[in-house]
Amino acid sequence: MNRIAGYRPPLPGTQPNHLHHPYVSSIKRAPTKPLVPIPYTLSEVTGPTFGTEIVAPKASDLTHGRSGEPLGERIIVSGRVFDEDNRPLANTLVEIWQANAAGRYLHEVDQHQAPLDPNFTGCGRAITDAEGRYRFLTIRPGEYPWRNHYNSWRPAHIHFSLFGPAFATRLVTQMYFPGDPLLSFDPIFNCTADEEARSRLISVFDWESTLPEHALGYRFDIVLRGRDATPMEE
Amino acid sequence: MSVHATTSQTVGPFFKIGLEWLYRDNLIVEGVSGERVTIQGRVLDGDGLPVPDAFVEIWQANAHGKYNHPEDTQDKPLEPGFNGYGRVPTNAEGMFRFNTIKPGPVPGPNGKQQAPHLAVSVFMRGVLRRLVTRMYFPDDERNSGDHILNLVEAARRTTLIAKNTADDPGSLKWNVVLQGPEETVFFDLGL
Repeated sequence: MNRIAGYRPPLPGTQPNHLHHPYVSSIKRAPTKPLVPIPYTLSEVTGPTFGTEIVAPKASDLTHGRSGEPLGERIIVSGRVFDEDNRPLANTLVEIWQANAAGRYLHEVDQHQAPLDPNFTGCGRAITDAEGRYRFLTIRPGEYPWRNHYNSWRPAHIHFSLFGPAFATRLVTQMYFPGDPLLSFDPIFNCTADEEARSRLISVFDWESTLPEHALGYRFDIVLRGRDATPMEE
Repeated sequence: MSVHATTSQTVGPFFKIGLEWLYRDNLIVEGVSGERVTIQGRVLDGDGLPVPDAFVEIWQANAHGKYNHPEDTQDKPLEPGFNGYGRVPTNAEGMFRFNTIKPGPVPGPNGKQQAPHLAVSVFMRGVLRRLVTRMYFPDDERNSGDHILNLVEAARRTTLIAKNTADDPGSLKWNVVLQGPEETVFFDLGL
């Protein structure tokens, strides 16, 4: 029989619990019964794959495609996607979405009293190259208020969605910006106990990718789960 | 020297703008083999209220029990154009719906075949890391021998098995219940 090598469990504290009371929306949505541990099977170590043709080359340029330039500060967000063994993950689909410079999403549910930008949709996608690299040209998103608690504001952030090589490696996360004073107040950023793990959600200013007289660069590397070295015993 | 996986965060309420381009509610391509099924259900929160800002992703084998993925080395045919991936949002009533085919059995632990199933991820505002579950098919005798189903206490197994709808063959109903007596079984894959 074939034994299946699974994926390593996370280091304790580096992933959020489902229930995080300060994040009010989790209270009625977090499972209350213990999760049932299951062994890895072919269903979890396979997963959707996408060819590079699924993403248009310009899909990684969020400043492009409208009649004019979006408002706000142009930034480059780039980084590498790799696994816990430091192996680059090539051909991985990366999807991002974000608010505009004024802190408003192009979404019918977002009624924040800040202007929409006719030249900014706030969504992009890319496929990582052979070294696991991705790169987006976008606008620095604005902070915005939400109704979690009195005077609550989300720090500036960009949402990321990644698939990786298997169903087991699927990840949705958020990227933050260095020095944001709102981070310490944010229950979503702070849902993870491990400080070092939280700090890796904060991008770093990157002089290397900064484009002279055009856009500041921020680097955000993303790590997906690594494979168990040996197949699981049953 | 190893590093640790990036921390999960919620998709938030506005994921549609980034994820809608890949919404796929119909996995059926022309000429694909297999029994056609429609899967419809609702995502319900701890008050029994519909969750209008969730999305559901499915991953499945084709009718031969073959995944369209390099790690599936079984000597079984792929079906041209059948990828096995679906993604749908819930609507204002918390409803989602897929049209697909019933997958064939795939290998499982102990050298036994698994009963046909969909691997399911559920994401929404308020959920900080994705919920992982499975959907199995009603009236399938293979369910009773399925290794994963048998890891679940008997009383809760029914939350993983879709129900037939009386008037419409091939139309299945399967809800994702986040809390309460009917709470869906969610799995720990270590994430």
